[in-house]
Order: sequence, then structure tokens, then C-alpha cells
Amino acid sequence: MKKTLFDKIWDTHVVSTVQEGPTQLYIDRMYCHEVTSPQAFDGMRKRGLKVFRPEQITCMPDHNIPTIHQESPIEDPISKKQVDTLTKNALDFGLTHYQMGHEKNGIIHVVGPENGLSLPGMTMVCGDSHTSTHGALGAVAFGIGTSEVEMVLATQCVFQSRPKTMRINIVGKLNPGVTSKDLALYVIAKVTTGGATGYFVEYAGEAIEALSMEQRLTVCNLSIEMGARGGLVAPDEITFSYLKGREFAPKGEEWEKAVAKWKELKSDEGAVFDKEVTFDAADIDPMVTYGTNPGMGMGINDSIPSLDSIDEASQISFVKSLDYMGYKPGEKIMGKAIDYVFLGSCTNGRIEDFRIFADYVKGKKKADNITVWLVPGSWAVDKQIKAEGLDKVLIEAGFQLRQPGCSACLAMNDDKVPAGKYAVSTSNRNFEGRQGPGARTILAGPLVAAAAAVTGRITDPRI
Amino acid sequence: MEKFITLTSTIVPLPIENVDTDQIIPARFLKATSKEGFGDNLFRDWRYDKNNTPIASFVLNNPTYQGQILVAGKNFGSGSSREHAAWAIAGYGFRVVVSSFFADIFKNNAMNNFVLPVVVSEPFLAEIFESLSKDSKITLTVNLEAQTITNDANGKSESFFINPYKKDCFINGLDDIDYLLSKKTQIEQYEKARN
Ligand code: SF4
Repeated sequence: MKKTLFDKIWDTHVVSTVQEGPTQLYIDRMYCHEVTSPQAFDGMRKRGLKVFRPEQITCMPDHNIPTIHQESPIEDPISKKQVDTLTKNALDFGLTHYQMGHEKNGIIHVVGPENGLSLPGMTMVCGDSHTSTHGALGAVAFGIGTSEVEMVLATQCVFQSRPKTMRINIVGKLNPGVTSKDLALYVIAKVTTGGATGYFVEYAGEAIEALSMEQRLTVCNLSIEMGARGGLVAPDEITFSYLKGREFAPKGEEWEKAVAKWKELKSDEGAVFDKEVTFDAADIDPMVTYGTNPGMGMGINDSIPSLDSIDEASQISFVKSLDYMGYKPGEKIMGKAIDYVFLGSCTNGRIEDFRIFADYVKGKKKADNITVWLVPGSWAVDKQIKAEGLDKVLIEAGFQLRQPGCSACLAMNDDKVPAGKYAVSTSNRNFEGRQGPGARTILAGPLVAAAAAVTGRITDPRI
Repeated sequence: MEKFITLTSTIVPLPIENVDTDQIIPARFLKATSKEGFGDNLFRDWRYDKNNTPIASFVLNNPTYQGQILVAGKNFGSGSSREHAAWAIAGYGFRVVVSSFFADIFKNNAMNNFVLPVVVSEPFLAEIFESLSKDSKITLTVNLEAQTITNDANGKSESFFINPYKKDCFINGLDDIDYLLSKKTQIEQYEKARN
């Protein structure tokens, strides 16, 4: 029987299948953050349970933490309580914990890969939908709810129904000035925000193979934005050279053995996917979103669809969405003024994103009257930015670096975009209020963000 | 958990597509460390303005519509994995959510909190909204045993899917953790066989 990469990983992690029911899936690694874990730890206490496999679980706060003055206690008492609760839970249950300010702290989906905690062939979960990110290393990684976090704490297993498989092929080469974020936003716009619901996606094809590890992390991160359970890429030399020498990756002889095993992690020739779609990389322009879900994206020079091109059933939602954004059907948003720029998040908060941004703004100046938040995804990214002198380039152009965390991606801390203001954001969700009540989000890649930061407008970075 | 077999209830309609979990419960209300109280902030930013005054036009503020069944447009619950969304819906008092399509993680989270997501066809969904436009007090009947949902206004029924294991959990008020804990030996054997 020919198998897809997903099948191979999934099948070796099945502990049992409930008759006519879900699969009991073994989980190699779980990550916990402060927002979706407290009730799970509470549940463990109520049942009087110990964590079953503490060495397979890593905790860190990222959602609530401020991005300035992390050296002082968190001011918001409720955020502080949540972060402190994680510290206490990790201590009580004997789990590894990278607290705020720790050199390994940062956004979980940035920290996991950069420390070699996430590895090919693994099953990984976190109470966070962007767990799909780790699939870029060739793993089955997906987000779960808090009840499921408790299941993993108690038994290192979850119940899941087996998703269907989809392969998304991107043939050809990306054009200059087009980033992997643009690629992902393009795919989401084509597949739609719910179009991959029920599927686990494998990304393949020349354009995917050519992506660096960090670019693949961006693509897999956004899988959930089309509803997919997760997304993965077959591990290859790019994966292996990215992982080699990382702190928790296997070493010496173990490394050789692991690589030999990882090399088998690819879909068999002729394996059948439940669905297969193909796009041409050459068709992709820098992308922006104009609405309030990530599927509402378009090339930066395109026009918003007109009302009569929208299905009747979807028109109410479409109009509501454009009203929220203050845009009109049929118009272009290129050249429109913006108020905020956010570079960061588990989508685009890695070193390569900062290189792209810094490279563009080098020798230019930040636009007046806009606020720009540059938030590294982790302390390791921050360290690398400084090692490469990118911080100096940014300061010279009028920008400031903040401290790592989720920040304006979901605005649980103080980094909130005010009501009615426009933010060009490299994060992953443009939902109403995502970046603060009433905030208007335009999702884009790091290059479009850099161009917007310099002009104060939605700008094509290629010109 | 209260056992679930059949439910007949009036409806709260939300004919909007792609209702995401950030709308169901905005991030700034996720800071609690217990599961209680989320119902008060269900659909917070659609329900209250910035001075915390209820927005009269939003359905939860309209006394005409009440009930234990929420009926929403397609692709309900997309976005984040926050189980707080399910806690908010359960906390508000909904026991069933009907839509033509649900996001995966939300569906699991809802079921883990004994809120039943019922998938109906698009025409069936459209007819519910149509019946409601004529009479706001119509009811739906959900029969879990028979796996059917009936629009009591026009008598039409559809069957819906739920896997037999989950159905059993709902009917008997059981949860997954109890089941998984009973499998510990098997999990240890699995770990041994792998190494
Ligand atoms: S950066 Fe944003 S999407 Fe990523 S984990 Fe944090 S809040 Fe979630």
C-alpha cells in the first residue's frame, strides 16, 4: 500500500482505535503556554493525577507578556496571574519551563524549532492552533483544546479522528520580491478560509523545495488559516542542515541514525491524496488582505471583488467585513494610508524576516505619524539580530526593537492597535478586533510591511 | 454532566459566515484561570459597545430570540484553538450549535464540553432562517439517539453524523480522560514496542 508522508507518521503513532470511533494517538511532544493550560492543570489536580511523561513537555509564557520592561513584574494583574500560574504549574508537575526573560523564552512556535525540540517524524501538540508551524520539519503537529491538553498531561495521548489528506503543489519559482508569506496568503485566498477543513496538508513542488526552513515554517504556520488540521513538508537536506547542532537535536551517532530514518519520511511515489491542487509560483504577487478573514487576500495591485461577484449567501458577511475595514467593494487598497506596522508573531518573527525588513529599510527613514512595532519571535532571534548588526540599521532608519512575545498578533498585552486604525501586520489573523477592539488589520509579508513602514501607505515593495 | 438525549428549543439565529473564535470570545477575555464566567463575554464585541452598553441590534440583546440552540452561518468556529470559545457558548446556556460547516478544533472542543455541533445541509440551514423570519418562536428538535434534527415549523428532518463513541459519551455523560486513563498499560506497551 503506497502511503503519504502524513499516513506514515500518523500510523506509527496509533496506540488504539476505538471501534467506529476516533484514534488514540501517541504524542511525542507537547508545548504549553499560559493561556490554554491552567484549566488543564486544574483538572489534573482535581483528579489527583501526575503528569505521565514530563520530559516530553515544555512550557513557556508568550501570549500575555509585555514587549517592554520584561525585567520588571507584569503590570496587568490578570496577565501576571496567568503567567505566574504557569510557573507554579510547571514547578508542581515537574515540567521544563522557560519563564519570561529566560534566554530560551519566546513564542513557542519559534522556540521549538530553533532549539531542535521539534523534529521530523514526531507528533506534536499545543493548546494553540498555530502548532501547525512545526509541520515544516516533517512532523504531524496540530493545535488542540484545553481538555485535550489535560489528556496529554495525563496519558501522552489524544483522541483524534483521522483527517483526510490534501497535497498542495506549488510548481515553478517565486518571483523576486515575493516572500513565502505571500505564497501562503495566495494559497489561502484560493483555497478559502474553510477550504481545507478536515484535511491535513502536505506542501510540495519546486517552489516549496526551494524554500529555506524558516520560510517553510511560515507556510505551515498558516495552514490553519484555511481550516487545515495541519500542514507539513517532507524533510530534506535543508531540514537536516537547519537542525544539525541545535541544542535538543540528536548528536553524533544518534544524529546519523536519525537522518537515515528521516530520509524515509516522504510520500511514496503514486500515493493517493484525498484532494490535490496545484498552483504556479509565477502567478503570485506580494499579497495583502482587505477583509476580516485570512482568505480575503489579493495581489497588492488588485481590486477588492465587486459585490455582484460574491455568492448571494455570502454577501451579508462580505459587506459586514468591508464595512468594518472601511473599504468599498471594487476599490484598490494600494496607496491607502495606514497607522501601524507590526513585524513579528510565530508567522514572521524569525531572523530571516528581520533580515528582509532591515535590508529594505536600510538607508531609508521610517514614515512620520505611524507606529511601528518590531517584535522578535524569541530571545534567540533578538540575539541574532544584534549579532548581525541589524539593530543598528533599524535604529538608523528610525525604528526600535521590542522584547519577544506574541504582542500585537493577538493584543493580549498592551500592544493594541486603537479602534479604527489600520495596521499592516505580518501576523496571521485579520479577524475583527484581533489586534485590539475595532482595530483594522491588513495581513502582509515582511517586505510589504517594510515598504509600508517607510511610506506610511500600502506600497508595492518592488517599485 | 447532564445527559443529552433529545432537546426541543427555540432558536437564536446568527446568519453570519466564518464566525471566528476571536468573535466568540475576544483574546482579552482569555486571562482567566478557571472555566467559569466566559458566557458573560460571549460575542463580547458584537454584543456591547465600548462603553459596555448592549448593542440593541445584536441578536443576544434581542428578547425576541431565546433558546438553547444557536444557529449560525457556515464555517462556524474558525481560527484559534481556544476552548474558551466552547466554554463561552456552554456558559451562556447553549447546548447545540447548528451550522452547515464547522471548523475542526472548535467541533472537538464543543463536544468535549457537551455542546453538540450539528451539521446540516445548506438548504436546511437556509430554511431554518426562512422559517424564523416568519415566526421567531419556532423550535428545532434534536434527537441524538436517532441522530436527527427537525425544523418543527415545517416538519422537515435531516439526519446528522456523530461518531458512535462520542454519541455514547454524550448520552452517558462520560469524558475522554477516563477512557484514556483506563488504557495506561497499553500506552506503556506502545512506548516499549517503539524503542
Ligand atoms: S504569535 Fe500570534 S498566532 Fe502565534 S502563538 Fe502567539 S498569538 Fe498565537
